[in-house]
Amino acid sequence: MSQHEITLKVNGELERAAVPSNMTLLTMLREVLVLTGTKNGCAAGECGACTVLMNGEPVNSCMVLAVEADGAEIVTVEGLTHDGQLDAIQQAFVQLTGVQCGFCTPGMLISARALLDRNPHPGEDEIKEALLGNLCRCTGYTRIVEAVQQAANN
Amino acid sequence: MLPSPGLPSFDYVRPETPQEVARLLFKSNGDARLFMGGTDVFVRMRDGFYAPKILIDVKHLPGMREIAFGKRKGLTIGAAVDMNSLARHPAVAEHYSVLFEALNSVASYQLRTRATMGGNLCNASPAADTAPAALVLEANLVLRGRRGERIVPITGFFTGPGKTVMKRGEFLLRIEIPSLPKGAVGRYLKLGRNAHGDLAIAGVAVLGYPDRKAKSKHRFRIALASVAPTPIRVPEAEEILASSPITPEVIEVAAVAAMETARPIDDVRSSASYRKAMVKNLTRRAIESVLDGLRVE
Repeated sequence: MSQHEITLKVNGELERAAVPSNMTLLTMLREVLVLTGTKNGCAAGECGACTVLMNGEPVNSCMVLAVEADGAEIVTVEGLTHDGQLDAIQQAFVQLTGVQCGFCTPGMLISARALLDRNPHPGEDEIKEALLGNLCRCTGYTRIVEAVQQAANN
Repeated sequence: MLPSPGLPSFDYVRPETPQEVARLLFKSNGDARLFMGGTDVFVRMRDGFYAPKILIDVKHLPGMREIAFGKRKGLTIGAAVDMNSLARHPAVAEHYSVLFEALNSVASYQLRTRATMGGNLCNASPAADTAPAALVLEANLVLRGRRGERIVPITGFFTGPGKTVMKRGEFLLRIEIPSLPKGAVGRYLKLGRNAHGDLAIAGVAVLGYPDRKAKSKHRFRIALASVAPTPIRVPEAEEILASSPITPEVIEVAAVAAMETARPIDDVRSSASYRKAMVKNLTRRAIESVLDGLRVE
């Protein structure tokens, strides 16, 4: 199987890696760069636990080949904090208890951040629509939606 | 245990020209598979349905990610344009609402960052949401093979579940949607097991436009997803709506005709009989909604 030399930016840092054709972006992030905040849930593009930003847009990283990310800018949950300060969306999740077991949270935060980047003042329906690709089995979603609303208002 | 995020072994290749893609697809005889967003291909590889030795990426080829719109020429969509980029294009929301609604009904936002309309059509799932929109918009598909390009109307593209008229070595370059008749209004109504994001139990696209030559003063085009071996037009229902003044009774007769044209199966998402009943309801509602839009115009 062919190997590919790739260069990409991950959370603002330039990274180089040699990746086999069949390595996904998710596997590269977790096992090569050891950024384990991004989770592997369904490996089928359904659950959203592996959501990261690729060139500013959210993608399921289990559904992207690492080689396709050559030249891309990736942001994972580790990249949401700035100078040790949590992002507004993270603060809102903490304050309103938008987290229980936490497995869906990294993907949830990335999808929410992407929503606020493209629509700074979303309505409740727009929030639900933007997060429907992120499954949570604990919270019942109510507090997650409230947290996104709070982050939008601040 | 969580499913493995790994994929079986293959070689990833990015040919430099469409000719090279066609040659590679032709000579590999099934060992090479083209992919764009990978949202279907990767899932099927993990499930063991596909085991390609070569995956061909074509997203970088000229025109593959371009959208062009002209009032006379209509809309041209590169085969690898992702669904979010397409739905964001001002011309799609303004002139092709049936396509806009179909795109936004597919899976989730982050999946649509990768999923393409081109892939959706080429996979030829009976449940493909953009297929009924393409059928009522009478899209043309520009295919590239070893000997050059040919154009296939969408109405003759699908031949069965997962099957199209594409020959060995051929792949999709772009989708061309003609400019629409003046005053056209379109809707796509979809029923899934939940309100958003699921595959369709049934999907109904309706496009209507004023036409003085029709007895009803209107023409309608109606297409269905997920209720036949391929996405289909329902000409019987269309003819009913053209041939007599449109009343609630006539709409009901047309909806019943659409239902009778559907040939659904029982599957994990729904029984065939429920699908039939829902085709009738969704068709009626979509026609009513399009009529409301036509009266406002």
